[in-house]
Amino acid sequence: MHSPDEARKRRLDALASGDPTTLAERYAALEPSAPAATPIRGPEIGMVMLRGRAGGGGAVFNLGEATVTRATVKLATGEVGHAIVLGRHLQKAGIVAHLDALAQLPDWVQVIETGFVTPALAEQDAARIRQAEETEATRVDFFTMVRGED
Amino acid sequence: MYVAVKGGEAAISNAHRLMADRRRGDRNVPALSVEQIVNQLSLGVDRVMAEGSLYDPELAAMAVRQARGDLIEAIFLLRAYRTTLPRFSNACPINTSRMRIERRVSATFKDIPGGQLLGPTFDYTHRLIDPSMAGDEAVTPPVKRERPTEESCPRVTDLLDGQGLIEADVPSNDKPGDLTREAIAYPVGREVRLQALTRGDEGFLLALGYSTQRGYGRTHPFVGEIRIGMVDVEVDVPELGFAVCIGAIRVTECQMVSQFKGSADKPPRFTRGYGLVFGQSERKAMAMSLVDRAMRADEFNEQRLAPAQDEEFVLEHCDNVQATGFVEHLKLPHYVDFQAELELLRTLRREAEMASADTPMNEPAE
Amino acid sequence: MAGTTLLDGGFTAPVFQSQAAFRLVMDAMAQPGRIVDLGHAVQPPAPLEPAAAAFLATLADYDTLVWFEDSGADTAASWLTFHTGAAVTRDPSMASYAVLSQNSPVSSWRNFAMGSLSYPDRSATLLLPVESLRDGTPLTVRGPGIETVAVISPRGLPDGFTETMAINVARFPQGFDLLMTCGSELLALPRTTRLVET
Repeated sequence: MHSPDEARKRRLDALASGDPTTLAERYAALEPSAPAATPIRGPEIGMVMLRGRAGGGGAVFNLGEATVTRATVKLATGEVGHAIVLGRHLQKAGIVAHLDALAQLPDWVQVIETGFVTPALAEQDAARIRQAEETEATRVDFFTMVRGED
Repeated sequence: MYVAVKGGEAAISNAHRLMADRRRGDRNVPALSVEQIVNQLSLGVDRVMAEGSLYDPELAAMAVRQARGDLIEAIFLLRAYRTTLPRFSNACPINTSRMRIERRVSATFKDIPGGQLLGPTFDYTHRLIDPSMAGDEAVTPPVKRERPTEESCPRVTDLLDGQGLIEADVPSNDKPGDLTREAIAYPVGREVRLQALTRGDEGFLLALGYSTQRGYGRTHPFVGEIRIGMVDVEVDVPELGFAVCIGAIRVTECQMVSQFKGSADKPPRFTRGYGLVFGQSERKAMAMSLVDRAMRADEFNEQRLAPAQDEEFVLEHCDNVQATGFVEHLKLPHYVDFQAELELLRTLRREAEMASADTPMNEPAE
Repeated sequence: MAGTTLLDGGFTAPVFQSQAAFRLVMDAMAQPGRIVDLGHAVQPPAPLEPAAAAFLATLADYDTLVWFEDSGADTAASWLTFHTGAAVTRDPSMASYAVLSQNSPVSSWRNFAMGSLSYPDRSATLLLPVESLRDGTPLTVRGPGIETVAVISPRGLPDGFTETMAINVARFPQGFDLLMTCGSELLALPRTTRLVET
């Protein structure tokens, strides 16, 4: 199975790629019953420098920046949650950080998994499959015309 | 005579208010929303992100709206905004071989693994204005087709590379130069040139790319591959001790396969130019890859004769915010400079008049 | 939980607190010798003191490297990196900011970046902790930002301090800038300030 770091990465990846509005709706249902978090850093908006590689696989170059929002929160019991997400989404970053902290509690890890991570992954998969199938319909099927020999 | 004056505050303030009114236009027409711009003018938004050098579709759309559709003005707004934000870190290099492909074509091989996927393209349209664009007719949803399971989509250049027919990528994790942080000192590395090109003006790079095709730094290019799609962005988080995915961005990548070169110790092989741009921006990625290849002239012992091969010329002039600043500053008050010129001109003319008046007398009598 | 202590104690209202600290540091740099109090908006781990920590929390960022003279500063370094993004370097010549120890050997200061004639700004700012900013031997200072002369009275300066500062002034426009810190207070001796022992 997953190591703790792998499980945490999978969770953070899924939550960061999720739609902010859907995430906020799910969070609203959970928040009143969850142990509260206090902010340690942020949520704050900044940038990361995105990078590419020359030729796709060569030397690294700076491609331009992207806006990001990050947050770090702490539960009263000491668990620290981190989040960094693309775009300017203060609320989303705060939510992801809180969920990251909660998921370190044995009582909450499954709640986060079934309530947030699983549906987020399912939504991302559905969107990717739809996009891929729409693209697939534009695939060129070449066929060779029969050439007259004489 | 020049006299320093103050004034214009009321005129400026009223001009800005007038501009805001004209930007909004007829109040009976509904206002544009940022969502509408992001969704329906998305290629304009992509250009603003690419040349504004900041990936944020909503901000770019706000800038387009604020700039009344003047994309270079919108790019300027986005560049100004990015200076107000702290840089948290550098992302891990994106991996375009794992792109979720929305379009992918090759002009060098018909039957490439992964196939030719046309995607949402203007190619093969008739370039006739569609009367339905005058209204809001319902648009039929796209056709879907089941995707072959887990078909890989290797880069065309990697296929050639496997056969040793093309120069290989030399992987390196050296810290790249950053022209937004350090002053440029020529000659620069290819990585700094690529950074300048990806944020450079599309029109300027298009013209330079075109010039290489017309013989000014000829490189005999073929489009090895163009691919457009979404790539995940990963960022190392020191507090966690590992990298996390923070979301995905749309990019366009162009691999230009160019004229082959050989030397005493290396058999001839194709050379390459590379283009990678934010958003769906095929023209820009292609132009970038042509100019990238042209600027590599020294690497291949080619004579640098054409503008596109001159890195200083290209890098110093490809930035449309810098160019706009210097061109447009000419409209600002130059009353003093001009008075000085005028005074000089009057003096020269006075001297010329006096000289011509003097001439007959000065001429020695015959 | 392990690791928690090094995360706490940053600015609680970063925008306003860093602006307030920036203003005070700017005043201190503009008026060399003047003591400013940066307060206790941050609670840093040792060996960082409040003034040095508030200064770094305000000015250090992802593009600035910080060097610690104290070899036992790992916790402070992690705290700084978490709150500012600044990386810690082991190479003093790479540092934008150097956090010195009391009685720092001045002979080692020549290793810091002094800038170049083209880019004199590519130089280090040194943070020197002293025992006191107020009750030491008076030193007269002159230079831009000081109308005639000013007097500073730091206690606990390293040996050879005044000679080193004289060499630094002579390098102008190259050279380092120095801030003396004590608790939550600091004073600035930029490279333009000449020191005269009285």
